[in-house]
Amino acid sequence: MKLSRMLLPWAGGLTLLLGIAGLWFALFDSPPDYQQGETVRIMYVHVPAAWMSLFCYVVMAISAGVGLIWKHPVADVAAKGSAPIGAAFTIVTLISGAFWGKPMWGKWWVWDARLTAELVLLFLYLGYIALIHAFDDPKRGLKAGAVLALVGLINVPIIKFSVDWWTTMHQPASVVKMGGPAIDASMMVPLLLMAFAFKAYYIYVLLLRMRAEVTAGKVRALRLRQAHGAV
Amino acid sequence: MTGFAAIVRRDLRLALRQGSDSTMVVMFFVLTCVLFPFGVGPEPNILARIAPGVIWVAALLASMLALERLFLADYEDGSLELLATAPPPLEFVVAAKILAHWLTTGLPLLIATPLLAILLNLPSEGFQVLIATLLLGTPTLSLIGAIGAALILGARRGGVLLSLLVLPLYIPVLIFGVGAVDAVIGGFPARTHVLVLSGILAVALPLAPFAAAAALRQALE
Repeated sequence: MKLSRMLLPWAGGLTLLLGIAGLWFALFDSPPDYQQGETVRIMYVHVPAAWMSLFCYVVMAISAGVGLIWKHPVADVAAKGSAPIGAAFTIVTLISGAFWGKPMWGKWWVWDARLTAELVLLFLYLGYIALIHAFDDPKRGLKAGAVLALVGLINVPIIKFSVDWWTTMHQPASVVKMGGPAIDASMMVPLLLMAFAFKAYYIYVLLLRMRAEVTAGKVRALRLRQAHGAV
Repeated sequence: MTGFAAIVRRDLRLALRQGSDSTMVVMFFVLTCVLFPFGVGPEPNILARIAPGVIWVAALLASMLALERLFLADYEDGSLELLATAPPPLEFVVAAKILAHWLTTGLPLLIATPLLAILLNLPSEGFQVLIATLLLGTPTLSLIGAIGAALILGARRGGVLLSLLVLPLYIPVLIFGVGAVDAVIGGFPARTHVLVLSGILAVALPLAPFAAAAALRQALE
């Protein structure tokens, strides 16, 4: 709790700082693409959100696994807190992708390997959220959710490599690959700034959610004690 | 191994004596497929085009129908706890129950498939590969579904939740199952699709019982 109180303003400040800088570079100080023109600026939201959608899932699955194996309560709280944020990032990815797909491909949606896999990721998030809330005993829900999160981890490499394994309309990875990034520095800088802004935002919201969850647990315990004391 | 066979035999006998589960699944499968000619019109070319997909989706939904009861009956009457404390490991018990589930739901679907393929005007070169992919795919569906069935034990609105959990995980099987049939009808070899389907089965076969057993242990705690 103490650590989180210390980190919270830093993460929030970093989100604002990097987000404003990233947006400035993305919207005003980066060149339009020679093929795609101005629409390429959608990338600065779409790509970081897509990275985060996977990152959140991995964090969620790992902390769920830690919670399952070592029964550490904070890990459970982290997994529970990550799920809605990851789902939100996935929705942002899908919607911004649709806005990008409309001018580029002429369609809001195509049934392509990466898009489908990302949609499955959204369903996994929603399934996880539904499952952890489906039990009267919240601990049991978290454990069941942890098994689901670990099973769903199979999907992450499928999304990551879907553009390499299948021939698709979606362009292949151009930032992280062998032989250095195939993207110019003038686009790379805002992209990375935005990526870190998204990551700081994730940490900020995750800490908020975890604090809220821990506080809610305390309130529940107090209420229970009160109820027992009254009898 | 005797324990394994005993559980399979027990579940099969229960399914046969209590009746109806297998027949209901097959009836659902047939009726869903029969709805499509009414929905999209009786045009033979359109039906032939969508037949592999329709049969696969209907088989997938039908195999999910009996999934909820895979562990639920044993969980409610307490025999699951006895099975969990029995000498064979819980993973074995789960694998046996999955096998019995497939024999009572997956296999009847396979038997009904040729009839539906004729009704939906599937080109004859697709028959063999449709059966082959269903033979590879339906055990995978039972395996993946068992994880979901174990997770929802004790949950509120388990049945609805189960479809939300399991359907996204079914998508790869569906894609490659339909892909193989479409490839053969289009005159291409289906080897890649069939190999991927076998690969998914080969991964799910050892891993799914472990995940389902882990979920069952939590339910029994």
